[in-house]
Amino acid sequence: MSEWHLTTPLTDDDIEKLRAGDRVYLTGIIYTARDAAHKRLVEAIEKGNPLPIELNGAVIYYAGPAPAPPGYPIGSIGPTTSYRMDKFTPQLHALGVKATIGKGERSDAVKQALKTYKAVYLVTAGGVAALLAKRVKRAEVIAYEDLGPEAIRLLEVDEFPCFVAYDMHGGDIFVQGVTQYARK
Amino acid sequence: MRVIEFDELVDKVKQLVIDANCYLPDDVMNAIKTAYEEEESPIGREILAQIIENNEIARRERLPICQDTGFAVFFVELGSEIYIKGGTLEQALEEGTRRGYKEGYLRKSIVDDPVINRKNTGDNTPIATHIHIVTGDKLKITFMPKGGGAENMAEVAMLSPAEGIEGVKRFVIERVKRSGGRPCPPVIVGVGIGGTFDYVAYLAKRALLRRIGEHHPDDRFAQLERDLLDEINQLGIGPMGLGGRVTALAVHVETYPCHIATMPVAVNLNCHAARHKTIVI
Repeated sequence: MSEWHLTTPLTDDDIEKLRAGDRVYLTGIIYTARDAAHKRLVEAIEKGNPLPIELNGAVIYYAGPAPAPPGYPIGSIGPTTSYRMDKFTPQLHALGVKATIGKGERSDAVKQALKTYKAVYLVTAGGVAALLAKRVKRAEVIAYEDLGPEAIRLLEVDEFPCFVAYDMHGGDIFVQGVTQYARK
Repeated sequence: MRVIEFDELVDKVKQLVIDANCYLPDDVMNAIKTAYEEEESPIGREILAQIIENNEIARRERLPICQDTGFAVFFVELGSEIYIKGGTLEQALEEGTRRGYKEGYLRKSIVDDPVINRKNTGDNTPIATHIHIVTGDKLKITFMPKGGGAENMAEVAMLSPAEGIEGVKRFVIERVKRSGGRPCPPVIVGVGIGGTFDYVAYLAKRALLRRIGEHHPDDRFAQLERDLLDEINQLGIGPMGLGGRVTALAVHVETYPCHIATMPVAVNLNCHAARHKTIVI
């Protein structure tokens, strides 16, 4: 298991070296988008409308934060469960998204898209949202403000801690981990 | 008759809502610390250490433990000698929720209709309530903010009585296994057995409120809880599903009599951020 400190936007070279189980610390700009924002993004793609974020090299974080208390750049912000975004993910990878961050297992179609488009699925621990908020230095709503917590936010993160869950070579941390520790 | 002023009740509910979201119950916190000692997977231990640190930050800075501050679920025992002056109990619970989510900087996670508009209501209402009238002049309110990720893994099965205890075990274990890392393990497994289709789901949710370490009063069902916990912790799912020994912190079974033709079973999972708090007024 290796440890990588990567700066966004990510490149093919960054992705190729990652293996399931590696630790990744991200620094730079990432974007939040969850259920409702994905629906709108994909509708915009299908209609050929301009998109509110640059997808090439982008990292998408499946998250909707709590409101920022006074003096904080953002409220608690952990990952939401990823499989609900599976339907939309291959299209976003096709347009250059290099990584998504969430929690939990995903579909085979997502795994295939990671191979096809050289991308990676990262996970970070759910329910450690106050801790993860400490790694966010700046946050700004940049699209779909009417969605409230589901709006797309630009986050400037510093050493945001993740694990590689699925790599582009077929590695799967869930299968590897469960196989190693199952007793029956 | 004992009179409780509506505004005073709203204020107490508001405080309850904020406290429950920021401070994890001691029994859950202790169970996570024990899990950290027992976990063998290095990644699992790292995640459990993050969970412990997170809960300390949340407590110290009064921040929500998880950004998903949930659907507001209330379990209430209302003494029949109480009169709430100025409004109804449900109005007070809803108004307290509204103010707690606003003043506590908690996320508003409720959409107005479940299918078509899905527009955020903006104040985390409406709420869900289970209200029972009891004798006396006390008002006991338990609040549980229930997150969506673990709730999505819930299931009810109308098993045939002939399937017996093995059928119950199979259903519960299969449900936890298929959930994998999605409900934020290590989880608490709430199991309802008996009643009706609707009542069994209530039992499974109520089971999540029991203190970790306490068991079903009937030894046979207490044994079922131990057997299920043992089998679930052999699945290898581990913290966040990344592999490990500790998949569940506890299994709580709640039972109720049922019809001669039925054996309803429900599973409701709670994430490791198993938040709930009770006040007695």
